[in-house]
Amino acid sequence: MLVEPPPLSRRRLLGGLLALAAGSALPPLIARGESGEIREVPATGESLPLVGLGSWITFNVGDDPALLEACTAVMAAFFAEGGRMIDSSPMYGSSQATIGHALAELDATDRVYAADKIWTSSPSEGPSQLEASRRDWGVPRFDLLQVHNLLAWERNLATLQAMKAEGDVRHIGITTSHGRRHDAIERILREADIDFVQLTYNIVDREAEDRLLPLARERGIGVIANRPFQQKRLIRRLEGEPLPDWASEINARTWAQFILKFIISHPAVSCTIPATTQVEHVRENLAAARGPLPDAELRRRMASYVQSL
Amino acid sequence: MPMSEWWSYHPADFLMFSLHVYERLFVLHNQALWPAQLLALTLGVGLLLALWQPRAGPLRLVVPLLATGWLFVAWAFLWQRYVPINWGIRYVVPLFVLQALLLLVLSQWRGGLVLSPQRLTPRTFGLGLVAYAVFLHPLTALLNDHGLASAEVVGLTPDPLAIATLGLAALARSARRGWALLIIPLLWCLISAATLQLLEAPGAWVPLLAAAIAVVARLMPHG
Repeated sequence: MLVEPPPLSRRRLLGGLLALAAGSALPPLIARGESGEIREVPATGESLPLVGLGSWITFNVGDDPALLEACTAVMAAFFAEGGRMIDSSPMYGSSQATIGHALAELDATDRVYAADKIWTSSPSEGPSQLEASRRDWGVPRFDLLQVHNLLAWERNLATLQAMKAEGDVRHIGITTSHGRRHDAIERILREADIDFVQLTYNIVDREAEDRLLPLARERGIGVIANRPFQQKRLIRRLEGEPLPDWASEINARTWAQFILKFIISHPAVSCTIPATTQVEHVRENLAAARGPLPDAELRRRMASYVQSL
Repeated sequence: MPMSEWWSYHPADFLMFSLHVYERLFVLHNQALWPAQLLALTLGVGLLLALWQPRAGPLRLVVPLLATGWLFVAWAFLWQRYVPINWGIRYVVPLFVLQALLLLVLSQWRGGLVLSPQRLTPRTFGLGLVAYAVFLHPLTALLNDHGLASAEVVGLTPDPLAIATLGLAALARSARRGWALLIIPLLWCLISAATLQLLEAPGAWVPLLAAAIAVVARLMPHG
């Protein structure tokens, strides 16, 4: 029932190939890094830790010195635990500047996998917006730029594709959330040349399992799962309920880890991006990527259990 | 975005910041302005006295001071502090400037602003709103974790300023001038109440109640 991810070795590689050949739902191309699980994104060859860091709400703290310091502590813990991908957007208020502040304080611009978005209904403003975002982050270039929530996606994606061709960004993608516009996302996955898709996927929002996740996997496109905790609502709903005894089989000690392990054990998911303001939570989240992950049968059991509560 | 998609959003999905961050805005604002709060409270008492026994001279003085409050809050609070965490507020800033202009023009133009002291109910509601804004609203900070350090003082922060202006608008004898002065503070109170409700802040109903009282008072005959 359990999948104990093996160390990176010939045996692991052969095992992965066998699993793929058998059509298994085992996570492919998983390797254990020094500080947690990483998974390769086929379209890019990039290996990323399975748990990243979101910045919606949590990092929007303006120029409050005390809160900037708290966010810096969160990012310090994130990097110390082996985290790499941090995701933001110009829509998120001062979050980009907060990330930039912390990166400068921690001298960590070379450790971060910088993921941001283009968010404008006037695509001609896209390049200047992206340059402003880059200055806020203080990075030489972004690792990943995504079209935010499909906003003017055709022209904005063309901007990103041109930037990628010029070497101004390494990877590009597109985002949606809350299960919206999956038909359009499916069309883009089939037709467009992108490296990542970001969408909402968690133990109760599972619509993406039907078409998008298999399609992304088939096309070698990385998947970033947003809203893992439904913006705390899912955690609040579950926190009064007991974890099942069998959660210990996958080393899930908290509901957050239970939920995260469900998400990152899907073979198509490259990483998930929980946001937090608490150092202990970022450690708890990153720890979810270590140890065994559930297999397909246990994933079904996990989903049924949560549904029954 | 297709119209049908709007219905799939939860109101909380539009929230960009936490209650803690919002309350900290007032803490930092107060720290930066201290001891201007004392001056603002003194001017607030002056406004209340001027409205209590309305005469043309004092009114011509205090209403422009209220207008100055709208300009100050637009710049020092909304633009400097609130817009960085809530980009939507940048579209509200011009409304605050417009409200300041309305106060200036209507308090000086064609005989200035005339209040209606004869009718007891609108007078009670109007003065009650101003008194609440000056004396009681700052105390709502005692309901949060930061205490009076995050007090919202009239003339320096938007909610008590809007509520005090609603009181003035409720007192105006001319219905046309009263409604003209009421619209923007009313709109702000609705925005503030919605924000506080989404943040699950204590006292989220206060701006809503103030707006309702002002509208009721405005609808009453002013003689």
